[in-house]
Amino acid sequence: MRRAKTTVKTVLLRRKNVVIGGGLVALILLMGLFAPQVAPHDPLEQNLRNAYQTPSSEYPFGTDQFGRCLLSRVVHGARISLLEIGMGVSLAMAIGVPLGLIAGYFGGSIDRTIMWLLDIVYAFPGIILAILIVSVLGPSLTNMLIAIAVFSIPVYGRLCRNLTLSLKQREYVEAARALGLSNLGIMFKHILRNALAPLLVQATLTAGGVVLSASTLSFLGLGVVPPTPEWGAMISTGRTFLTIAPHLSLFPGLAILITVLGFNLLGDGLRDLLDPRLRNN
Amino acid sequence: MGRYIARKLAVLPLIIVAVSILIFVVIRFIPGDPARLMAGMDATAEGVEVLRRKLGLDQNIIVQYWRFFLGALQGDLGTSINSGYTVVQEIATRIPYTLQLTIAAFAIAIMIGVPSGIIAAVYANSWIDQLVMVFAIIGASTPSFWIALMGMSLFSVKLRWLPLFGAGTWSHLILPSVALAMGPLALVARMSRSSMLEVMKEDYVRTARAKGLTKFRVYTKHALKNALVPVITVVGLQFGGLLAGAVATETVFSWPGIGRLLIDSVRYRDYPVIQGTVLFTVSAVVIVNSLTDIVLAMVNPRMRFD
Repeated sequence: MRRAKTTVKTVLLRRKNVVIGGGLVALILLMGLFAPQVAPHDPLEQNLRNAYQTPSSEYPFGTDQFGRCLLSRVVHGARISLLEIGMGVSLAMAIGVPLGLIAGYFGGSIDRTIMWLLDIVYAFPGIILAILIVSVLGPSLTNMLIAIAVFSIPVYGRLCRNLTLSLKQREYVEAARALGLSNLGIMFKHILRNALAPLLVQATLTAGGVVLSASTLSFLGLGVVPPTPEWGAMISTGRTFLTIAPHLSLFPGLAILITVLGFNLLGDGLRDLLDPRLRNN
Repeated sequence: MGRYIARKLAVLPLIIVAVSILIFVVIRFIPGDPARLMAGMDATAEGVEVLRRKLGLDQNIIVQYWRFFLGALQGDLGTSINSGYTVVQEIATRIPYTLQLTIAAFAIAIMIGVPSGIIAAVYANSWIDQLVMVFAIIGASTPSFWIALMGMSLFSVKLRWLPLFGAGTWSHLILPSVALAMGPLALVARMSRSSMLEVMKEDYVRTARAKGLTKFRVYTKHALKNALVPVITVVGLQFGGLLAGAVATETVFSWPGIGRLLIDSVRYRDYPVIQGTVLFTVSAVVIVNSLTDIVLAMVNPRMRFD
């Protein structure tokens, strides 16, 4: 009896993750979509007489060194973060998924070569590889996203290879092959379609990581540069004024925390719903 | 066992060579002429040409890599454009600082993460468990450089308990190491909890309980030892994450470690230092990861053939 009760409680707890995580992600999505309507001021409008104001009813998050409304900048920053997630994740998937499909489907030396290459990229700590790439390409939003995508490729490649290995044994794949469908057809029509759900869960799980990496790179001056309201870049600016206006760093950081937390909770919850064997307890 | 370790150790140099090729190739994509960059903008055309030949940049990329490789084997990673010191000297003066920081962060993550994960597992689904898990997921979602800045704002600026930045004394070490430890701590706590829960379901734990041993004795003597195996993996594999995290944390605190060296060299476009620092860091991570695998295989023979 006690065991049954615990299971129900655990399931509810897991659903709670999806609900809270999904809620936070929805909040960020809405904030990004309707940024011009939500933000009380223009995020780029300067008013030097208003600089360094602490939070008030006119400026709920205060103002920065140029007198810009911090709330409006944080709200518009959601757009940049969503762009980072969308571009970073889809770029990594666009390369990693086909590589994993090919490796898993054909096997043999093709598989070994691809996995060996992915393992070398995987040996790098993500941020270090990103710094190396950005140091060569130069700091910008696009280059930063390329760098983040490169170090995320192995994650999708490995997952997609393992999924392909198990999916290609299925009867419907055998049947498709017997019907004379081409390799490409089988790979994309039958295998990829069935691998999509776990891949999308992985994408949700890595979305938070993308935001963390992007904000770290921008904080280091290797990503998005001011005046674009990117949260990491805003924290970096706030660092200069930490002694007189700590709120400049406080609010963008909270925005990062909420976004990453939302995606992590949602990803965790979705993974558990999809594959109960991976459940923590 | 011996064969497994031998194979692991044999692959190690291969991975490091492959990593060095990748770094070398990426660095060659720098826009512009590296000889001109190193000679400086006021150098004459002849001067640039002499430097080009001296550095071997007039030869094809395979010969260039071979020279770099032979040099690296003899401990020569080139010379910093910015300071004039050798890259190895630059790295050597920074290592102690980064080691201090990462070891302190490791210690914090383990000393707080393991016990809180175990307590959460023993009292699973209680309020203690929920509290630990909420902290863990928040810790994993917070950028370390932000925790660092907020800590600085509170403890250094407002309360004046700790120094603002710099290195040297214990008080300098507290904020950076705590900020850096947050991510790994969260992971270690989660891992310890789920691993302990797994072990507590095992037959031998039930048997030990049935024999009449106290709960405390069963958990500490029987369960803990086995629960720690996956935790070792996480801790070992976190080394790379810690080194990467140290880049941002060192920047916040002006901590004179490897991470700050890397960021400074990117800022000055000091390519020999970027190349050397990245190669050094990645090699260290690859070596630690392999050692983790070996330790894991020794502790748990079932994992050996993964």
